[in-house]
Amino acid sequence: MTTVLTPELTAFWDEPDSFTIAAYKRHGGYQALSKALAMQPDDVVQTMKDSVLRGRGGAGFPTGLKWGFIPKGGEKPHYLVVNADESEPGACKDMPTLLNNPQALIEGIVIACYAIDAHRAFIYVRGEVLHVIRRVHFAVAEAYEAGYLGTDILGSGFDLEVIVHAGAGAYICGEETALLDSLEGYRGQPRLKPPFPAVAGLYASPTVVNNVESIATVPYILDRGAADFAAYGTERSKGFGIFSLSGHVTQPGQYEAPLGTTLRELLELAGGIRSGHRLKFWTPGGSSTPLFTDEHLDVPLDYESVAAAGSMLGTRSVQLFDETTCVVRVVLRWIKFYEHESCGKCTPCREGSWWVVQLLEQLERGEGSAADLDKLLDICSNITGRSFCALGDSIEAPVKSSIRYFKDEYLEHQRLGGCPFDPAASTLFAMESA
Amino acid sequence: MALSQEARARLERDAALIIGRYPVSRSALLPLLHLMQAEEGYLTEDAIDFCAAQLGLTKAEVTAVASFYTMYKHHPVGDYHVGVCTNSLCGVMGGDAILADLHEHLGVGDDETTTDGKVSLEHLECNAACDYAPVVMVNWEFFDNMTPQSARDLVDGLRSGAEDVVPTRGAPRLCTWKQASRILAGFPDGQAAEGNTAGGPSLAGLRVAKEQGWTPDPPEIENGKAAGNGKATK
Repeated sequence: MTTVLTPELTAFWDEPDSFTIAAYKRHGGYQALSKALAMQPDDVVQTMKDSVLRGRGGAGFPTGLKWGFIPKGGEKPHYLVVNADESEPGACKDMPTLLNNPQALIEGIVIACYAIDAHRAFIYVRGEVLHVIRRVHFAVAEAYEAGYLGTDILGSGFDLEVIVHAGAGAYICGEETALLDSLEGYRGQPRLKPPFPAVAGLYASPTVVNNVESIATVPYILDRGAADFAAYGTERSKGFGIFSLSGHVTQPGQYEAPLGTTLRELLELAGGIRSGHRLKFWTPGGSSTPLFTDEHLDVPLDYESVAAAGSMLGTRSVQLFDETTCVVRVVLRWIKFYEHESCGKCTPCREGSWWVVQLLEQLERGEGSAADLDKLLDICSNITGRSFCALGDSIEAPVKSSIRYFKDEYLEHQRLGGCPFDPAASTLFAMESA
Repeated sequence: MALSQEARARLERDAALIIGRYPVSRSALLPLLHLMQAEEGYLTEDAIDFCAAQLGLTKAEVTAVASFYTMYKHHPVGDYHVGVCTNSLCGVMGGDAILADLHEHLGVGDDETTTDGKVSLEHLECNAACDYAPVVMVNWEFFDNMTPQSARDLVDGLRSGAEDVVPTRGAPRLCTWKQASRILAGFPDGQAAEGNTAGGPSLAGLRVAKEQGWTPDPPEIENGKAAGNGKATK
């Protein structure tokens, strides 16, 4: 077997006290911070640039470059905001990271803030995860007590305060500018960019917004060096990351592996598709990324290869569906989600999501036609790219890709006057009683 | 129900602590709304009024925010808020069947509460636990890999005192809705270090790596170039 997993962030989640500062230090934690504080802040930024770590929250923007956009000097304070609002359907890596290894995030925060000259950081955690929020508060309190947060950290003269902020239920707050509005106490609605947060972010001050996994990876890079990290992965998609497998797979869960690993390799490690069934379709990076099918088992899961095959790596949220699953049902439910979560600011997304849901509902009931498929594609192309943020664009991804690969299945609903699938066959309990 | 003088004084002290965390006071609005749900269970007119007064906002400004976020409730909810994920993956894996079954079992519709005031039922969007599908949340604690039967047992347990109801991954003592809301406002309850949090799926990759002897040592760098996928680290 040539595939290798690279458990780094996940390395000691099986230890009962993995969430404590003691466990983290036992596994080498906070060595990176000492190294970073002995460097010039600009050199820390350069190390991150050299690692070519690309943001792990979905968009894949290089983290070091983002840090480098923070202007020098100026009167306004700088801020770091950690995006822990994980809510993309399929995404389930940041919450277990915070439950089981929150200190990696805290150490990464201190290093990042030192690099961008920020003295206040916010962790914006989605609200619907009570124990995660307890653990993050606990981790921050432990770090203060150990002298890794607060004033004069490790005698460096560097001060940092970290505030834990719980959201209140809104997918759109995962979009960085909506998150900032929400953190400022407003409805979470995206802002027009530019200005980018690096220039006018939180309280119109220079701000870096980074995903949990991006920041939690920072200590590794500072400790082992940029070249070490960049030795993993592919030519342009460096490093490793957590792949989250869910759905009709024998062993769903978190698999930390180099970027460029294929689904075929991951499935081999995960025991394959559930017994007696075969893969029908999957998302490489959550519901906002176009569907793949069993034709795409050997696509290297890196940014470039996935894009070349017509989808996006996104958050590496691999949702797997076998042949018992109705693709129309799955796509409709995702679009209902976007309809529900559209913040209402931009007309194409706010109105278009409702139209798409109506058409898909008709098609699911068997009352649609081939002409409706064209209409769906037309509406989708009128939503994409016409709103402030990418939520609207996410509507097109599953609709267009499912019509591309499963047009006959849509039309089969029309021929039969309803859905040809038995929903009971695709449940977890069907799997267990089979 | 108007806030008592005692309650108002106590809440003002809590509010001052919350506002003190932020460089700009308005940032305290979301936690303040959680705080008011911790007091009254949902956002009464008094709650809106209170938040507006603390932050120097109008009631309309506060209501505009309160109505945007789904975790804020505008009518009374039960002691235990049961949320069933019916986003595509959980729905397909059994969430749809579980929700339909609970509607019938409890005799309530979506976003409704049982007559004894114990249990509210609502469908949820993705709760970031897809590897444990189908997922049910009770007061925002994880109940993993549910079935219609285990969900029925769960709500029966909640209605008869909830003493034996323990989340799959979460605090061993299940909070009430109001207690949970207080944690969301930023006042943790001291249960952080308790509870099992890494179930099988969280450890799936780690276990395979350990079985294979793939140690987390750094890979060698070949001629200064990226080694690429498939590089053996052993």
